[in-house]
Amino acid sequence: MNSSVIVFPGSNCDRDIAVALEKLHFQNKMIWHKDMSLPKSDLIVLPGGFSYGDYLRSGAIAGKSNILKEVIKAANSGCLVLGICNGFQILTETGLLKGALLRNKNLKFLGKDVHVKAINTNNKFCNKYKKDQVLKLNIAHNEGNYFTSTEHLKELEDKDLIPFKYCDESGKVNEENNPNGSLNNIAGIFNNNKNILGLMPHPERMVDKAISNSDGVNLFTSLLN
Amino acid sequence: MEITNTIVEKHGLKPEEYSKIKDMLGREPNLLELGVFSAMWNEHCSYKSSKIHLKNLPTKGKHVIQGPGENAGVIDIGDDDAIVFKIESHNHPSYIEPYQGAATGVGGILRDVFTMGARPIALLNSIHFGSPNHPKTKSLLNGVVSGIAGYGNCIGIPTVAGETKFNSTYNENILVNAMAVGHVKKDKIFYSKAKGINKSVVYVGSKTGRDGIHGASMASAEFNESSEDKRPTVQVGDPFTEKLLMEACLELMKDESIISIQDMGAAGLTSSSVEMASKGDLGIELELDKVPCREENMTSYEIMLSESQERMLIILEDGKEKEAKKIFEKWDLDFVVMGKTTNTNNLTLKFEGKIVGEIPIDALATKAPIYERKWIKTKLPEKKIKIQDLKKIKLEDAFLKILSSPNQSNKNWVTNQFDQMVMTDTVQRSGSDAAIIRIHKKEKAIAVTVDSSANYCKAHPYTGGKQVVCENWRNLISVGAKPIAITNCLNFGNPEDPKIMGEFAECLLGIKEACEFLDYPVVSGNVSLYNGTNKKSIYPTPVIGGVGLINDINNKIDKCFKKDGNIILQIGKNFGQLSQSFFLEEIYQIIDGPPPEINLSNEKNNGLTTLKLIKEKLVSSVHDVSSGGLLLALAEMSFNSSYGVKINKPKKISNLMEYCFGEDQSRYLIEINPTDLQKINKILDENNIFNEIVGTVQKDYFEVTDELKIEINNLYKTNDTWYNNY
Repeated sequence: MNSSVIVFPGSNCDRDIAVALEKLHFQNKMIWHKDMSLPKSDLIVLPGGFSYGDYLRSGAIAGKSNILKEVIKAANSGCLVLGICNGFQILTETGLLKGALLRNKNLKFLGKDVHVKAINTNNKFCNKYKKDQVLKLNIAHNEGNYFTSTEHLKELEDKDLIPFKYCDESGKVNEENNPNGSLNNIAGIFNNNKNILGLMPHPERMVDKAISNSDGVNLFTSLLN
Repeated sequence: MEITNTIVEKHGLKPEEYSKIKDMLGREPNLLELGVFSAMWNEHCSYKSSKIHLKNLPTKGKHVIQGPGENAGVIDIGDDDAIVFKIESHNHPSYIEPYQGAATGVGGILRDVFTMGARPIALLNSIHFGSPNHPKTKSLLNGVVSGIAGYGNCIGIPTVAGETKFNSTYNENILVNAMAVGHVKKDKIFYSKAKGINKSVVYVGSKTGRDGIHGASMASAEFNESSEDKRPTVQVGDPFTEKLLMEACLELMKDESIISIQDMGAAGLTSSSVEMASKGDLGIELELDKVPCREENMTSYEIMLSESQERMLIILEDGKEKEAKKIFEKWDLDFVVMGKTTNTNNLTLKFEGKIVGEIPIDALATKAPIYERKWIKTKLPEKKIKIQDLKKIKLEDAFLKILSSPNQSNKNWVTNQFDQMVMTDTVQRSGSDAAIIRIHKKEKAIAVTVDSSANYCKAHPYTGGKQVVCENWRNLISVGAKPIAITNCLNFGNPEDPKIMGEFAECLLGIKEACEFLDYPVVSGNVSLYNGTNKKSIYPTPVIGGVGLINDINNKIDKCFKKDGNIILQIGKNFGQLSQSFFLEEIYQIIDGPPPEINLSNEKNNGLTTLKLIKEKLVSSVHDVSSGGLLLALAEMSFNSSYGVKINKPKKISNLMEYCFGEDQSRYLIEINPTDLQKINKILDENNIFNEIVGTVQKDYFEVTDELKIEINNLYKTNDTWYNNY
C-alpha cells in the first residue's frame, strides 16, 4: 500500500508516523507542503505537530497550503486520509471533517496515556479491532476538545461515524474519563464516507512494545486488510 | 557622547574595570564599544569569579570527545554514536516573566545542542520555587511549567525528566535550569572555532529586535525592588522558528559547507562573533546595517546587544553561500552574509560603510578580568537535635504528611503538560529514577536525570557537592545504566560575599572529588551567580545532569514492584541519620546539623555491584534511597505497581523514625526472587557489601509490622492530591 505523509513547517510527528508506516509495510513518501502535486497514494497522512507554529488557530494556516488542495481533491475522490492530532485539526479547518477542536477543558496541554474504546469497527481503519475493545493510546495536545452542532453530533452517532471514545480501563465512557472536554467523549470521527479519519490520540506512538504497547498497530494493519 | 561614571555603572562595570578597558584600547571607548565590553565582561559571559575554581574539575575520560568550552559537551557511546548535552540556567528572566523566561531557557539550550550537529532527543529541567505559601509561587509555577511545555512540545522534543522543588530560599529568586541532550554521528560534530581569513560570516534565523538587550548583564546582578522594570530585557521565544532553524541547520550540516557555527545566546551577536574569532585566533568584521531587523531604526548598539532568539552565526567555506541560502529559503528563514573573518585580531564593526567600533578580540575574551575572590570555609555543623527530645509523632501521621508534602507529591500535574513521547524513542518517562531514551533505530539507549540537594549544600557545601554527584550517579545505576558523564548548572548567590564564594568553592571541590572517584567527568556546564534579592542569597544549588549508557534496552530496569512474595534487600547501611533530613524539615520545621556523610568508596562499590546484579538479571526492580528515607523509597516502588510491601520492624534499632526516614547515602533497594537470595548474597559478600532484608512484596497493603497498614490505593491518593488542590 502506498502512503504519503504531508510535512508542514512545524510538523513534528512526521518522522514518527513514517517509522510506524514503514514498520507495518507501507511504501511511504514524505511530501513537502510547498509541493504542487501528490504521488499516487492509497493513504494520505496529516501528521501531528504545530504546523506553522499554530499561532493563529491550530491547523488554520496548514488548511490553506498548496498541497492541501491536492489532498482535498484526493479525499473527495475516495482516497483514505488520516489526520492525527494537528492533522485532525487541519482536517476540520479544511472542512473535510465537520466540527472544531477547542482548547482542552482545563486549559492546559495534556500529554499522557488514555484509554479509548473502539465503538465502531465496521470501517476500513478499524476492522481489525474487536468492537468495544479498550485501547491505551497517548495524547499530546492543547486543543483536543471536539465540538460540533447538535444535528451533526446526532448524525455522527446515528451513522456510526465515531470510531473511538475516551473511556476508563474497563471501557466505561463517562465524563470522569474525558481528558479534554470533548463532546460525547469523542476521540476521533469519520466523514460520511468513512474514508477520512480524524483522531486526537497518536496510534503511531503505540506500535512498538519497547516504548509503549502495540494497541495502535491494528489501525494501520486494518488498512492492509 | 561622553562616557560618564553613571553610564559605566549602568553597564554593570566597576570603575577599575573601566580603567582597564581604557588601558587596553589606549583611548576612551565609544558607547557601542562600552556596550560590547559590558556584554563580554559580565559574570554570565566571562565566568570571572568562577573560572579559577572551574578549571579544577575533571573534564577528561575515555568517553569524552569534547569537554567544557564548546557550545555543549560530547561523549562517545560506542559504534559511531555520540551524545551532546548541556544544562543552562534561565533564573533571572524566569522570575521576571515566567512563561517567556522558561521557554527561552529551553530554546537556548536546544540551540547549544543542535549547533554542534546533533539532533536533540530529550529535554530535562530542574525548577525551584519559593514556599508554596508565598504569594508569587503559584503563578511562577504555572508560568514556568507552561513555558517549558510550550517550547518543548511545539518544537517536538520530548521533555522526559526533571525535578520540581519548593523552598523558601527561592521566594524572590526562582531557579529554572533546562538541559538538552542530542545525538550525533561522531564524524559529524560541528565546532565554533573559526578557521581561515576572508571567509563569509553569515547570519541566519529570526530577525533582530530590541528584546533582551543587556539580558546577560541582568543575569549578572542581584534583584532589587526595581527588578520588575527589567521585563523588557527578557527575550521572547518562538519555538516554531527554532524548529525551522533546527531543520535548516541540520540539513546544511549534511554536506561540508560549514567551517564553524555558533548560536546567538547570551549577549547575542557580540558573544557569538567574539567567541568564534577568539577560538580561531582571528579577527572578524561585521556590517551591522546588513542584519535583518524586525524593528525600525535600530542602532548598532542595539543590534550588537540584542538577545533576540532563534539566531545563528555561521562561517562558511568559500563558494557555498548559494547552496546554503537555498536551504534557509526553503525553511523561510533569513540568510545574510554580514561580514568576514580577518587577520587583524580585532572585532571590527561597520555601519553604512564606516567603522563604528573596533576592539581587539583578546581584550573581550582571553584578557577579560578574572577574579580570585576571597572565600571562607563552612564548618561542618554539629548535630544538636535528638529525635528523642522532640514531640512524639505517630509513624503513620509522619509518613502521610511526607507523602502528601509539596516536595514529595506526585508530579503528574507538571509532567502531564509535557509531550514525553514525541520522537517515539522514550523507553522510560518521568517518574522513574532516570528517563531512558533509545538511540533511534538501535537497541541501545541512554539514561538521563537531573538532581540537586540545596539543604545539604547549605549545611556543608563540600559534602553537599559530593552528595549531589553521587545521587545523580545512583539514579542512573537504578535504571540499569552505566553512568558516563555530567553537565552542571551552578546556581549560587553573590560571589562578592566571601561566605557565598566559599559555598561555591567548596561545592565545586566536593563535585570534583566525587566525579574523579566515580570516573564521571564534567563535559559542560553553566554558572549562575548573583541569585538573590537585596543581599539575601539563595541556598547554594548546584544542579547535576547525568547521562548514562544502556547497551541493550532489554537490560533496563524500573522501580515498580513486580511480584507478590519477592524479597526486598537494602544495599548499603542505614545508620538512621536524621540531621538535614526531609523528615525533620517537614514534620518539625527543623533544618539542622550536618548532611549525611558520603563515603565515595562505598558509593562506588555499592553502585557497581548493584549494576552487576541488574546485568545478570537477578533483580526485578531497583530504587535508590534518597530524600524521605527508606519508607518513602518503598512507597515510590509501590506506585504504578499493584503491590505494597510488608516491612519487618528490625529488633535492634534505637528509634523507628531514624530507621524509616534517615537519609544515609549510597543505598539501593532491590527486589529479588527468594530463590535467588543465596546467589545474590554470595555476590554481595564477595564485594564486601553491607546488606539486609527490609521486607517482602505483598498485595494491596503498605505495611510496617505493628505500626502502620495502608491500602495502596490510599497511598497513591495521598501522594496525588497536593498539586491538584494547589
